Amino acid sequence: MLFKMIRGVLYHQRAKMLLIAFTIVLGTSLATGMLNVMWDVGDKVNQELKTYGANITVKPKDASLLTDIYDVGEGEQLSEAYLNEEDLPKLKTIFWAFNIVDFTPFLEADASLPDGTDAKIVGTWFNHHLSLPTGEELDAGIAGMRSWWDVTGGNWLDESEPSAASSVMVGTLLAEEKGWKIGDEITLAGSAKEMTATVAGIYDAGGDEDLEIYAPLDLVQALTDREGKVDRIEVSALTTPDNELAQRAAKNPSALSSRDYETWYCTAYVSAICYQIQEAIPNASAAAVRQVAESEGTILDKTQLLMLLITALSLIGAALGISNLVTASVMERSMEIGLLKAIGARDRSITFVIMVEILVTALIGGVAGYFLGFGFAQLIGQSVFGSAIEMKLKVIPIVAALITLVTLAGSLPAIRMVLRLRPAEVLHGGQ
Amino acid sequence: MRLEAAAVEKWFFRGKGDRNRFYAVQKTDLALASGKVTVLTGRSGSGKTTLMHMMAGLLVPDGGQVLLDGKDLYALDDASLSRLRNQTFGMIPQGADVMPELTVLENILLPRGICMRERDSAYAETKENCLRLLEQLEISGLLDVRAKELSGGERRRVCIARALAARPAVVFADEPTSDLDDESTRTALSVLRQAADDGCAVMIVSHDAEATDYADEKRKMDAGHL
Ligand SMILES: Nc1ncnc2c1ncn2[C@@H]1O[C@H](COP(=O)(O)OP(=O)(O)OP(=O)(O)O)[C@@H](O)[C@H]1O
Ligand SMILES: [Mg+2]
Repeated sequence: MLFKMIRGVLYHQRAKMLLIAFTIVLGTSLATGMLNVMWDVGDKVNQELKTYGANITVKPKDASLLTDIYDVGEGEQLSEAYLNEEDLPKLKTIFWAFNIVDFTPFLEADASLPDGTDAKIVGTWFNHHLSLPTGEELDAGIAGMRSWWDVTGGNWLDESEPSAASSVMVGTLLAEEKGWKIGDEITLAGSAKEMTATVAGIYDAGGDEDLEIYAPLDLVQALTDREGKVDRIEVSALTTPDNELAQRAAKNPSALSSRDYETWYCTAYVSAICYQIQEAIPNASAAAVRQVAESEGTILDKTQLLMLLITALSLIGAALGISNLVTASVMERSMEIGLLKAIGARDRSITFVIMVEILVTALIGGVAGYFLGFGFAQLIGQSVFGSAIEMKLKVIPIVAALITLVTLAGSLPAIRMVLRLRPAEVLHGGQ
Repeated sequence: MRLEAAAVEKWFFRGKGDRNRFYAVQKTDLALASGKVTVLTGRSGSGKTTLMHMMAGLLVPDGGQVLLDGKDLYALDDASLSRLRNQTFGMIPQGADVMPELTVLENILLPRGICMRERDSAYAETKENCLRLLEQLEISGLLDVRAKELSGGERRRVCIARALAARPAVVFADEPTSDLDDESTRTALSVLRQAADDGCAVMIVSHDAEATDYADEKRKMDAGHL
């Protein structure tokens, strides 16, 4: 009999029940969409930022100490401290080796040109092939880490070609000033030697680099008689956004409790990776390139906060909507409810009937909303991140719990009304 | 079986403050006994429905007591009072209220449906009883019609059948004949009389002069007094 009544009501009040279902569809879809995007977006934003370039620089310990103290600009080193080129592959041996995406060494010098002027020449790897002791094969270098450079003439240096050893790439402003073209032979005089090199590529970096010459590391080492030495290393690593633990650790890892230390060390925080790089490379000081690392965390935090906010608001909205609709539906049926009470139905059974109605409606709305929300997530994924959003299974129970909670909360005023309704007040006659 | 109102009173507020307190029923005694038909008459607004609701366990009195075989009705817990309303009392409300989405038969079996399964023997008995009552009230053709499609008089008779089908010990009929023609009025009243003869205590509120012909006891209500 009770179920017959439920069916009757669902059919009778189908317009109202449809509205309730629709409200739930909206709430669920927004929550599903946002939560899916939120959990997927962490990885997505990280990847986005990764293409932006290096996020860790490694310098010789003494140099970084002195430049820090005397606040001198990058490149102007006070002492003759260097890292060893042979230590570079060790970057791929740290705990988070897998998160190290790319890296490249730099060695800077001033070269005198035949016309009497000086130009800054930077030695680096372009696509340096490494065969690691682990068996991993890897091409590391500036080609991957300056992917936004626009090579306007010629090509990126390809280190696998023998001619690369005596080739250089020139910034567009410098090339213009000197009238250099692809294939031109230029003479470079370093502190130790004079060499000729071929212009193999001209690039537009949109910065100071446009007035510089980029050459293979070996060439600059030979030019200045600094075999096997590098000034600094840039590393691109996938990192987890910093949290409070990471910030404490960044100040002083040894002050952490052993459990915190463990957690920190085994999480890909930028500070943990820096710490591990220092462990691996003797006499090195690794530091996060601050703007990038920070914006990474902040953007992520802000996006996720925004999405949580939208989720919360949409759920509150749904609860209010449900509360209105259910209250109206109960009010409309106050005579029937009063009658049921008068013939001996207990509050409990009446509440049960009404809750079953609403929960059935919520279930239908929730399922529809979930799929709609997943569609939303895809839409956002495609338009904002240009990739599909992965279906996170943990979203299902969370959304189900949230929607149940919202439905119950929304029904509360109506249930209170049912409990308060006195049959004598509605059975007066003269409806 | 004896249901007794002892000095019950009920007031309502018409506006704020104690001065606006308005007595719908004032210190009233009334007793219903098995086999007796008590007819209550009185002008509109004199408190008849209010008194009936208090006796039927639907409205808590502001003073006095309602005693069922000496036990205070309103001292019972919610579960017991609900059971009492379901199994001991039968109520014909003034508004002829029915569940619009249920059929006539379902409406009449509703009190049974609330508290027992369809396979219980009492349920089957009630159903038989119901068919007989519908026959008497001349609405047996409407058995499977949805209640919302019924006319006022038909609804009224469905309410009478619903109240009587489970053979309650007390029947409350609030103007059971208000929208019936003379002929149907007589059948309705005789069905109620019959219930009393079968051992039921019947309380009828009616403006109909005819109702008094079926009464064992007549009371008149005036501005909250009997
Ligand atoms: N819930 C209520 N709130 C306020 N006043 C009420 C309420 N119920 C009844 N009253 C008042 O109490 C008085 C008695 O009402 P009651 O319904 O008992 O009259 P009645 O004798 O049944 O009248 P009728 O013959 O018209 O049905 C009326 O004046 C009514 O306005
Ligand atoms: Mg009345």
